[in-house]
Amino acid sequence: MSGRGSVLLLTAPAMLLMAVFLIGPLLAVVALSFTNYQLGQPSLSFVGIANYLEMAEDETVRVSLGNTLVYAAVVVPASVALGLGAALLIEAEPSLRGFYRASYFLPVMATLIAMAIVWEFVLDPRLGVVNVVIKSFGWKPVDFLHDRKIVLFTLCGIGVWQSVGFNMVLFMAGLTAVPRELYEAAAMDGAGRGFERFRLVTWPMLGPVTLFTVVITAIRAFQVFDTVQVLTDGGPNKASEVLLHTIFAEAFNFFRDGYAAALVVMFLVFIVALSAVRLFVLGRGRTA
Amino acid sequence: MLVTKPDAAAGARPSRGAVRIAGVTKRFGDTTVLDGIDLSIEAGEFVTILGPSGCGKSTLLRIVAGLETETAGGVAIDGVAMAGRAPNARDIAMVFQSYALYPHLTVAQNIAVPLRMRALTPLQRLTGLAPREVRDRIAADVRQVAAMLRIEALLGRKPAQLSGGQKQRVALARAMVRRPCVFLMDEPLSNLDAELRVHMRAEIAQLHRQIGATFIYVTHDQVEAMTMSDRVAVILGGRLQQVASPDRLYRDPDALAVAQFVGTPRINVLPADRLDLPQARAAGAAQVAVRPERLEILASPDDGGGKLKGRLVHRENLGADLLLHIDVPGVPAPLIARTDPTTGETLAIGDELGLAVEPRHALLFDGGGRRIRP
Repeated sequence: MSGRGSVLLLTAPAMLLMAVFLIGPLLAVVALSFTNYQLGQPSLSFVGIANYLEMAEDETVRVSLGNTLVYAAVVVPASVALGLGAALLIEAEPSLRGFYRASYFLPVMATLIAMAIVWEFVLDPRLGVVNVVIKSFGWKPVDFLHDRKIVLFTLCGIGVWQSVGFNMVLFMAGLTAVPRELYEAAAMDGAGRGFERFRLVTWPMLGPVTLFTVVITAIRAFQVFDTVQVLTDGGPNKASEVLLHTIFAEAFNFFRDGYAAALVVMFLVFIVALSAVRLFVLGRGRTA
Repeated sequence: MLVTKPDAAAGARPSRGAVRIAGVTKRFGDTTVLDGIDLSIEAGEFVTILGPSGCGKSTLLRIVAGLETETAGGVAIDGVAMAGRAPNARDIAMVFQSYALYPHLTVAQNIAVPLRMRALTPLQRLTGLAPREVRDRIAADVRQVAAMLRIEALLGRKPAQLSGGQKQRVALARAMVRRPCVFLMDEPLSNLDAELRVHMRAEIAQLHRQIGATFIYVTHDQVEAMTMSDRVAVILGGRLQQVASPDRLYRDPDALAVAQFVGTPRINVLPADRLDLPQARAAGAAQVAVRPERLEILASPDDGGGKLKGRLVHRENLGADLLLHIDVPGVPAPLIARTDPTTGETLAIGDELGLAVEPRHALLFDGGGRRIRP
């Protein structure tokens, strides 16, 4: 068998699966975005870039895109920084390491829908623990989920709570990969502890892990959906409307699948751009 | 060569860098890694700590460095006890097996780290705003040490762009730039290929003569130990077996374990009753050890009383030497004799050979493997 022939043959199963389950649906979505297809309708017609033009004018999309960016801008730095901090603290002290690791990781494993319901109770303006504490200080209770100015940041908080554990695990894996001799060299050179050691060894050595964590967290932040759907449904008055929720509503509440497909394409561009940043930076790091 | 150091000019020993290791013991849980090590190292001496992997030699070095805490005993440098002192407060530098260069810093920045940590305040390091004369002095020191190790051309590169030997030089430069009085080296050559290792061996020995500081060098490679050091300390199983000059260690070992560890091929060990040696009988020796080059091949198997006879089972021609493996009844492992290739030319596998040992070249050991000296 020739080299080229066997290459094609051997990659064929994987290629076929990718075509059927990834590339095919993707092309279908792109194609749909140029139609006025509605779920359940027997026919559809080509509308050109009408969906994209509508998207540009759509107030809901603008709000939802803005909210998603704010959400990502809060959740990514906060959960990466807290995840790194937690990893450093837990790794620094061997006692109870397993306990801390498990408790930080718990939110990652828990079903977010179920956890969202718990959060709803915790944040309830009258009965919730948080407001009981606030009231005990003599302050006015806060309606975390129905106040237009606060609701998005409440969701950010839950997002951070959920991502910290995952980021912590990534950073811990990164920390174990730092050669011990490098820390010892730093100790000999006079940077044996605290911030100096972090700056000279830990932080530079965690560079690739940090980049990966930032990109993964950003992609997950763009995909925020469950908490919005369960806790706020995008409200009040679109104050917590996010991209994925808008897409969901267009597709499954209003059955405007052609339009939803156009939104998905825009969403995809963001995700691909984030992945491209990672590939670009990693590639540069390798040649340098 | 222009001699700039007054010490070197006078040929005198440097005054700083005497290391005293007293009763150092290290236990990890129930395992004793080091058992009461006593070792005094003079200022300016090159001492190699030799032992197989896992014998505790690296742990000892790390205790001297302050990277590990001793369970008992202590280390003093120039009479000052080091207990509780951070590694950077000990006036020592260390070269690591993996070189441990900071991968994100250039060669020049790597070498400058120890100086920056000492000369600059944390704020100056963070902002990069340091007085001009301090920065100039650091740069000058870096250039000087780079010139000494001939790595000036590499100063702008990152460690990933360097070969093993170049990384080794950078690691040495980073250790030297602070001018410490004691250098610790943990198997610094083991990641290099054979040819480069021979070259760096000479270079490190030369460097030692040039800067005149105390070198403590850890290795499992007896060739490195024998060729570079003033004295060799052999550690086996966490115990210090012998400290002596390489020559003395080879010719006059204190213990059978040392005799067996030092020298290639391994020293031959026979039960004492297989050799007809009056002094062995008199001393009550249990075992006799003979270096391969001291085992004589007799012209005919029945010469010399024919006390020791064996059959040639294997020959290894090394070019300059010929190693003969000889099976002797009553001796567990074949004896190895190092001979001239010309004398062994006529011998064939399976030949009967007569062997002889000159009494003064037979090393006697008691049942516990301790040396019995005449």
